Order: sequence, then structure tokens, then C-alpha cells
Amino acid sequence: MTEKVDVVIVGAGLAGLGAAYHLAGAGVEVLVVERGDYPGSKNVTGGRLYLNPVRQHYPELLGGAAEAAAPFERAVVKERLTVLAESGGASLELHAPGFDGGHPHSVTLLRGVFDRWLAEKATERGALVVPGYKVDDLVWDSDRIVGVTAAGDEVRADVVVAADGALSFIAERAGLRARHDPAHFALGIKEVIELPAKRIEDRFGLGPGEGLAALFFGGITHGMTGGGFLYTNQKSISIGIVIGMGAMLEHGPGFEASELLDEFKARPEVTQLVSEGIVVEYSAHAIPEAAIQAMPRLVTDGLIIVGDAAGLALNMGISVRGMDFALASGALAAQTILKARAEADYSARSLARYEAALRNSFVLRDQTTFAGMGSFLENPRLYELYPQTLLKLLVSLFTVDEGPKAGLWKTGMAALRDVPLSKALTDLWHMRRL
Amino acid sequence: MDESGEAVQLSLQEKLGRDVFKIDGEKTHIVIDHAVCRERCTLRPCLYVCPAKLYTLKPASDDIFVDYEGCLECGTCLIVCQEEALSWEYPRAGFGVQYRFG
Repeated sequence: MTEKVDVVIVGAGLAGLGAAYHLAGAGVEVLVVERGDYPGSKNVTGGRLYLNPVRQHYPELLGGAAEAAAPFERAVVKERLTVLAESGGASLELHAPGFDGGHPHSVTLLRGVFDRWLAEKATERGALVVPGYKVDDLVWDSDRIVGVTAAGDEVRADVVVAADGALSFIAERAGLRARHDPAHFALGIKEVIELPAKRIEDRFGLGPGEGLAALFFGGITHGMTGGGFLYTNQKSISIGIVIGMGAMLEHGPGFEASELLDEFKARPEVTQLVSEGIVVEYSAHAIPEAAIQAMPRLVTDGLIIVGDAAGLALNMGISVRGMDFALASGALAAQTILKARAEADYSARSLARYEAALRNSFVLRDQTTFAGMGSFLENPRLYELYPQTLLKLLVSLFTVDEGPKAGLWKTGMAALRDVPLSKALTDLWHMRRL
Repeated sequence: MDESGEAVQLSLQEKLGRDVFKIDGEKTHIVIDHAVCRERCTLRPCLYVCPAKLYTLKPASDDIFVDYEGCLECGTCLIVCQEEALSWEYPRAGFGVQYRFG
């Protein structure tokens, strides 16, 4: 059976549904195919969405008063950064004016909830979202992509949008990406732990609807690039750990990825945050971490790549982003497709407007600005030596012994004794490029 | 065990038991080329990177086997398998893990 639509979108995640929302709103016939049982069923976030970058692209959904209707979990009003040494840790918590529930800069969310809502919004505008439908291959007409095949059916389209996530087999089949490089991916492992809303609010000092976002670095990753995270949802906590795949290969055997989250949760600093909760889900997902270095070509004749499939995610150390890029790239891809329709030209040259639009937007500008972050974060000193040193310094500052206390300078220098000066200077020097 | 709620640490089997899986009894989505593993791979990263610990050594043969039914579909095994011993694709439509929270 062969069908023809204007645009077929592979994957009902934020990028694919975002593109569908815009295209359907402009009267384009859009089909979104999703291999899971419902939109979001194969998707995982840490999760927090930064709203400021995406409001401009979705004013009717996320701008002004509209955002109150979106099924977010909590508005992030507290940011916490915890450095964990081998034992013991130190936290910094930020409560800033403007970080409030009224007009949040970021929100926590769950994909099983949020993606279904976004699919409804796209459907209301006329997009056709079909779950339980897995794309097997692309359809070619000489060098041009003209559709997809799934379960023996052929769906032809003017443009195929590859929104099939971090592993994007479509990008590979389209010849836009080589084999996955472990250096360009991280593994995220997460549990959703249910707790009553009031319990969460009391535990973290939050008001109703207010949330906390916490990141953890140091002695929880066996010296590998990565860290822990914790986000408060309405009636649950998302807690997880992210580890670089390249780092796992370099480390070699001697740890179990399946135990990393348990080890993290067993830390006394962390156990108390999730105690008395009930684990309701265990998930894992690949995260693109290449930033701009490994960005594939994002268009070819008849095809555009969006979201995680395009590698659009960014670990900036204290902020981890992906969903905002996904939503924005979906919106920008839709704009490009509308222009291509007006000219009836779906060649790579026409679709290259999308790459230009990304370059001019925060999506690729931020990727460029923070291109050095990945290699900076690969430094093992960040996960072992520096947390250890920081903790030693703080402990000596906060301790009063029986004898006379040394001066602050002397205390500081004693704690820093284990840090090789040349290495520290090199690391500082690298920081200025971030 | 806490007074209310449950033990903070569940076993991996218990954790996977909390997930919704629709198991494809007819078709595995991960196939291992044992000859490649035997001849070319020394690191065997699949044995320690899988968050569901689905890859195990079969003692008698020293071959690696995968229990695809508990797959979380992260793709880590595929990405770290430098020798390309894995044929890995997503499960067929309607099968595999179905995240309710994500």
C-alpha cells in the first residue's frame, strides 16, 4: 500500500511533534509515526526544560498565560549543586530573585505526560499522529529521499523529518552520519520515585508547585565523566546518573553501569532525599554529547534531521539541555519546510535554510560557545582530586580543634597541598575558554 | 526498610519489574555474532555497560548471551561495541519497554 502526505515525521518526541504542530498549523498535511504505544513511551528526560529559549517559538503553548495549561511538573525555584568527595560532600543552593513560580525560567517534566499533551496540541491543529508504527527504511528516488517504509507500507512525502532520537538510524540510512562514536554519547540512567507532594515540599523547602533541580559531581562516577541529577516532580522525584560512554570504555571492567545509580542513591547525602519513596519506573537512554564537533549534515535532498537525532544536546556542566533545542529545531525545520513548499523545492540546497536558521539561533550558537565543554569535563581531576580537595579545605575551615587554629591562608594552603600547581593552572587556563 | 514506603535499594530484577514491557516472543532485536566476540573482542564492554545487565557470559562456552526481553532500548551496547558484533535494532512496533513516566 502506498500513501502520499506532504510531510512525514519519524518520531513523536519534542522535535518531531514541535515540527508537526507548526506545519499542521500552516495547513500542511503531516503524518507523525511513532514506534511506541503512545507519544513519549520510548522517551526519557532527566528532566528539566528551559522555557526562556522556546517561548518565542511556541507563543500559543508556552508564552505568557498559555504556559499555565501545559502539564509541567514543577517550576524550578531552587538550584542546588553538590560536590561529593569519597565520603562527605558540600552543597551550594541558589535562591535568586526572579527564580519563582510566577514566570519560571525552567520547569520539571515527565515525557510520558508532556509528549502526549504536545501530540494532542499538534492533533488539534490537524496533524495525524500514529503510534505503534515503526519505520524500517527510507524510500529513494535516485539520490532523493521520497518517503519511508513501515510494516510493508510505503508512505511518500515531499520531505521526511528524522526526529527519531539520539540513536537516529534514519540519519545513518540517509548517509548523513557514520557509525555512532562512543566519545559522542553518554548513558543516562534514571528512577522515578513516588512521594506525596506535601512530603516533597517539606523535604526540599518548597511551596506548592515549586521545584528543585539538583546536580551532583565527584565521587559517584568512578572517576568517569558524568554526574548525578535530581529533579522534583509534582508527586515524584526523578533521580539519575549520567556517564560518558567513551569514559566507560576507557575505564574498562571493574564497575557495573547497572549499579551506578544504586551507589549514588546509597550515598548518605542522597539517601535521605529519596527515602520513603516508591520506585515506579527504571529507565535508560542515550544522550548526544558531541556538541558541535560531531554535528552531521542536517539536511539532504528530501530530508531534515531535528532534535537529539541531529545531536542537539549540550552538557554545560551546571546545566544540561536538550529539550529546548529539540523544540526549537522542530519549529525552525517547519519554517524551512514552509519556504520549500512555497518554492516547490525540497532539495538539500533549499532545506539548507534550516541549518542557517539553527546557526543564527541560540541552538547552534550555544553549541559553538560551549564546544570546549566536553573536553573540559573529561578531566578526571574534576571527579576525584578537586572534590576531595574542596572537602578537605571546607572541613578544615569549619573545624575547631583543641589546639590553636591556624590562620585561614595557612589552612587553605595545607588543603591545596595535594593539587599539582601546574595541573591546576592548566585546568584554570582551559576554563577561560568555556 | 523505612517505616513507610519501601527499601531504598531494590534489586535490578525488582526495578525492571516496575517497568512495563511488551515482550516480543517471536523476534529478538539484538543478535550477537559470537565469532566476532571470540576472535576480535578483548574488552567485552557489553558485560558491564548495560544498565539492565542483560549481557552475561555463559560459563560452559565462554560466549556472551543477551536477555533482550529486559532491554531499556538505550543503545549503549551497540555504541560501545567497537567490533560491530551486534545487530541491534529497535523492537518491532508495539513491543519493548513502554515508559509511563520517562
